[in-house]
Amino acid sequence: MLEIRNLHARIASTGTEIIRGLNLTVKAGEVAAIMGPNGSGKSTLSYVLAGRDDYEVTEGDILYNGHSVLEMDPAERAAAGIFLAFQYPMEIPGVATMEFLKVALNAQRKARGEEPLKVPDFLKRVKEAAASLEMDIAMLKRPLNVGFSGGEKKRAEILQMKLLAPSLCVLDETDSGLDIDALKIVADGVNALRAPDRAFLVITHYQRLLEHIVPDTVHVLYRGQVIKSGDKTLAHELEANGYAGIIEEAA
Amino acid sequence: MPAVQETIERVRKIDVDQYKYGFESIIEVDKAPKGLSEDIIRFISAKKDEPDWMLEWRLGAYRRWLTLEEPTWARVDYPRIDFQDLYYYAAPKSQSGPKSLDEVDPEILKVYEKLGIPLKEQEILAGVRKEPNGEDVEAGDNVYKSGRVAVDAVFDSISVVTTFKEELAKAGVIFCSISEAIREHPELVKKYLGSVVPVTDNFYATLNSAVFTDGSFVFVPKGVRCPMELSTYFRINEKNTGQFERTLIIAEEGAYVSYLEGCTAPQRDENQLHAAVVELIALDDAEIKYSTVQNWYPGDAQGKGGIYNFVTKRGDCRGDRSKISWTQVETGSAITWKYPSCILRGDDSQGNFYSIAVSNGYQQVDSGTKMLHLGKNTKSRIISKGIAAGFSQNTYRGQVNVHRKAENARNFTNCDSLLIGDRCGAHTVPYIEAKNSSAKLEHEATTSKISEDQKFYVMQRGIPEEEAVALIVNGFVKDVIQELPMEFAVEAQKLIGISLEGSVG
Repeated sequence: MLEIRNLHARIASTGTEIIRGLNLTVKAGEVAAIMGPNGSGKSTLSYVLAGRDDYEVTEGDILYNGHSVLEMDPAERAAAGIFLAFQYPMEIPGVATMEFLKVALNAQRKARGEEPLKVPDFLKRVKEAAASLEMDIAMLKRPLNVGFSGGEKKRAEILQMKLLAPSLCVLDETDSGLDIDALKIVADGVNALRAPDRAFLVITHYQRLLEHIVPDTVHVLYRGQVIKSGDKTLAHELEANGYAGIIEEAA
Repeated sequence: MPAVQETIERVRKIDVDQYKYGFESIIEVDKAPKGLSEDIIRFISAKKDEPDWMLEWRLGAYRRWLTLEEPTWARVDYPRIDFQDLYYYAAPKSQSGPKSLDEVDPEILKVYEKLGIPLKEQEILAGVRKEPNGEDVEAGDNVYKSGRVAVDAVFDSISVVTTFKEELAKAGVIFCSISEAIREHPELVKKYLGSVVPVTDNFYATLNSAVFTDGSFVFVPKGVRCPMELSTYFRINEKNTGQFERTLIIAEEGAYVSYLEGCTAPQRDENQLHAAVVELIALDDAEIKYSTVQNWYPGDAQGKGGIYNFVTKRGDCRGDRSKISWTQVETGSAITWKYPSCILRGDDSQGNFYSIAVSNGYQQVDSGTKMLHLGKNTKSRIISKGIAAGFSQNTYRGQVNVHRKAENARNFTNCDSLLIGDRCGAHTVPYIEAKNSSAKLEHEATTSKISEDQKFYVMQRGIPEEEAVALIVNGFVKDVIQELPMEFAVEAQKLIGISLEGSVG
């Protein structure tokens, strides 16, 4: 589903290279965890995948279902099925969450040549999704993310993911700022979405999230490269021994 | 939300023809010679069959105007206007006061059709009175259909047709052109004209007093709630005509009226001058809501052409517990110089100002309000949202003034500016003066930029760039949009989307 080949990316304004020859393959149905110390390029990777224009790809390619996405803007990538759950979701004042969900969903449907969803169908889907995440429907009348607690913001991200039903889900430090109860709800939400035709890229700093979202593969990112890949036991190893050993081994 | 998506579709549609209302109608026009003199004023007054007192009033204003200097304090920059190089009177030729739509030049009706104005009086005249969705509204002994809008259309200088007039008359409401009011209701005009904006008020208002050609007149008698929204569409068609409308709205004790003014002008190279005066008078317990949607031609992408809009609008809360609200959505004009104000004279009176000013390209906006607290327990509220894009300059200029005798005056002011791109400017210039120590005045102001973070976030959900910006902007102006009459809120959202077209990327 996702194939990243020798990817080099830098910050457009300063020219600082962050991703330095990264290779990664994620198959349909797979949950891949990306771990790494601070500053290793984890969040940058998520932005580059989603097409944020503050970053420039200077070399290599990102293939999604066999096609390069480098020429596509963020909205086009989203419509093609790439979803990014943000570490820090943005506040959109004056735009009710419900309204935002509808605009987003219908924009994606339009891009795919589908009819806009009828209001009752839309409401039904939203209500079901919100209930499964233990979200109060009244919250969806509030402006998106404005005044939401950390946990509410992350739940709202998963709610959007559920409704938009992407095929590649990138979760950027979704566990940050969550207490254990919220973490469980969010993880359950993600697990419920696991499907043979959907892949996940779970970016996290800690093993904690991976106890709830059990990955098929674990990749260690350091200085913009994947320096080690393995199965879920690699995450345990990291938790016990830290990154130092692996970094040394790779050097 | 559908409005947002419609905005985008609308933007797409006008992609080829940037300014949708940029068509010119070929209508025979009856014009006065260029320039301004006492003779021209006599000509205008004679054309309109005005009584002598009106002519004298105009001439007095003209003589005063000759002594005044054009103001320069606003943050706008434009070449000097040659007031002798303008036409001060232009009327569609077939004019001698049409009584029904049949008598109106079909070309004029076509213009209105393009503008999408609900000129549906044909049906009414033909006796088709029932409207499928109109609910009955009780007003005295008569039953009216609500959900409709009465339109007084101003084509260049002459009010072409006034719809729903008869129905309004049944409620005792007078809604007609100011020229007609001068002839038919001279006692009301004499009593109120110039009583809020005096002849001597300012350069443009004084000029308007001398040469105004038409405009609307509304009189809502004591205790009457006007049974429908009243609306005027202004349109400047003839080249080089200054348009000087004069609007006078009077709500007697306990009366209520909601009035919407919509403006468009065809696309042109020359700048066209527009200097209107609007006066509102609210007596005891009366309420007037005045909403404006202004989308005059803003000039082309290089800043050439466009309307100069120098307008004096003022409301007088003359009676106790009276209330005046100004709501404006300003997206057009090359230059806007406009400060709808409230004089809070009556005790417990209230003034509101809700404004959205969008500027793009090379537009210059200097707009805001004045709230003059004279009476006791007077309240005012100012919500201003400025959105600047392209190379535009957007200034909020506001004054809150609490008079010595105005016990317990309250004001709340909130001015937010939003910048799109990095070549535009937003400025906030508040003047606050309190001469009574019991006054409570609050002022909040923010300036923000649509952040790349916000835009990226919205786009990441599959919303294309221009739609993403429109969504964020419509969220930003929501507080003001919801003050507009329902029918026009959607229109206003569309307009904002259209005027920001090309502001991203």
